[in-house]
Amino acid sequence: MTALLHVDNLTKRFGGFVALDGVALEVEPGERMGLIGPNGSGKSTLVNCICGTLQNESGSVHFDGQVMDGLAAHERTHRGVARSFQLPRPFHSMSLADNLRIPLLYTAHARSGLLHSAGDLDARCHELLNMVGLAGKSRRMPRDLTQVEMRKLELARAMAAEPKLLIADESMAGLSHSEIDDILALLVRLNERGITIILIEHIMRAVMSFSQRLAVLVSGKKIADGKPEEVVRDPEVVRAYLGQ
Amino acid sequence: MNTTKFILAMIAAGAAVLAVAHSLNVDYFFFAAYTILQFIVLATAWNILGGYCGYVNFGSAAFFALGAYSSVALIKFDGAIDSWFPEGVASFLHHVFPLPIPVLIVIGAVVSGVVGLGMGYLTLRLRGAFFAIATLAMAVVLQTLIVNWDFVGGSRGAYIIRPDTLEVGRFQVSYIEYLFTLMLILTIIALVTARTIERSQLGFGFATIRDDELAAEACGVPTLRLKLIATTLSGAFMGMAGAPFPYYIGYLQPASAFGLEYAVNSIAMPMIGGTTSWIGPLIGAVVLGSAQQYATVTISSAVNLLIVGLMLVAFVIIAPKGLLGLVQDRLQARRSS
Repeated sequence: MTALLHVDNLTKRFGGFVALDGVALEVEPGERMGLIGPNGSGKSTLVNCICGTLQNESGSVHFDGQVMDGLAAHERTHRGVARSFQLPRPFHSMSLADNLRIPLLYTAHARSGLLHSAGDLDARCHELLNMVGLAGKSRRMPRDLTQVEMRKLELARAMAAEPKLLIADESMAGLSHSEIDDILALLVRLNERGITIILIEHIMRAVMSFSQRLAVLVSGKKIADGKPEEVVRDPEVVRAYLGQ
Repeated sequence: MNTTKFILAMIAAGAAVLAVAHSLNVDYFFFAAYTILQFIVLATAWNILGGYCGYVNFGSAAFFALGAYSSVALIKFDGAIDSWFPEGVASFLHHVFPLPIPVLIVIGAVVSGVVGLGMGYLTLRLRGAFFAIATLAMAVVLQTLIVNWDFVGGSRGAYIIRPDTLEVGRFQVSYIEYLFTLMLILTIIALVTARTIERSQLGFGFATIRDDELAAEACGVPTLRLKLIATTLSGAFMGMAGAPFPYYIGYLQPASAFGLEYAVNSIAMPMIGGTTSWIGPLIGAVVLGSAQQYATVTISSAVNLLIVGLMLVAFVIIAPKGLLGLVQDRLQARRSS
């Protein structure tokens, strides 16, 4: 089986600081993958390089059999990579429904040529809001939402682009126990619909219950990759997290 | 209201204004109304980039002046044909020149639009205050170029002799009424365009740029392309507003074409009216433009900028989202109470 996402020898520098140092990563279609690492280890930089927010200096990113290097972020979104942001970044001046309308108009609509009428769009917005449990608030503004609702909006907006791969960048940070379960259940449901998911998270309970495979990033290097139970027992991983 | 109905409504409103103006038949009314209409176009043009996309352009005067000076250049070209070209070519060119004002308007739009596109490319990584400063700098550079371009009069300025009347078939129309009518048509085109953008996919895209460009890209919005569309459109409409200006003013010099009042008014009018909708710049331009015309007649034209300044300060305190925002907030408060 060919990998959906194939990251090869990816390097990214900020001035003299090496944020990513020859990272290789493969994600199979339909897989639930966890990505962990201490603060500043390069997780978000990796996401940014995969999504096109940042351009990598060397190495390459292949997605769905296509080379992604040099493509702008919106072009990668069109090809099926979606992300949620670590800190939610809703469009503040728009209602929740309009927030979802953007990726529908610019990505799903452009790609499939479906959703022709305004009615189709409205129905799809409603369906997405329903999926994340925000159906009753479609006309509210993002500022009226709670933290967990904001995360759900973020995920719904990523899903509106009908991606093949969803990268959830710390979509649970700062949430309560039950709220985490909420988001986890949502992610699992998405995965069951055939969407490959990379979960970046500090909350180990969530990562361990979600991931089929776990990769660990430390100081811009991938130090472990494998079954979650084995990876967390890896002496190097333990050392990176707890020190010696 | 759908777009066709809106266009018909605008045309009806324009025809009504024209009918009233024509029956009054006071030259001063045409002069004053022309200025207000010109500011509606400028404010609407500014709002396409400033209000919808959130990019504050301080160089509106430059786009306006480019439109005006492209007209001046073509008028001067007409005068220089005989000395520049051999007889055969000259007699052919005399068939084409002098160009009618509607053609000058199109050319002014193209020139300013191209400069707008260039400005978009050069400043695409700048945001907020940095973008504003860059546009201001561009205005200064263009003004320096015009001041040093002798063909269009340089710093001395250029005289444009306006004919008294225009013959349309058997009818004779006073030239100022002709200019007023042209500007009225331009205003309708600008407002229809702004409103159409607002309700289209493009308008949604512009709003995402204003809110959060990173998130917009992640949603698949080609932010760079949209920004360039906005700078080009905005510049083109400012150029359109400027193209008939030499005929209106009669004597054009760089200091007046690049005047501070154009840059300041194009910002202040949408701000006072409200930047989120096409109707905001319209309201702002009518309110502020009328106040300025009134002050010009009763006190002096020198107080115009003072009026703008005071009104801006007042609105920043009382209604930061403009008159439109004030009304919307009131309506919302009433609905929720």
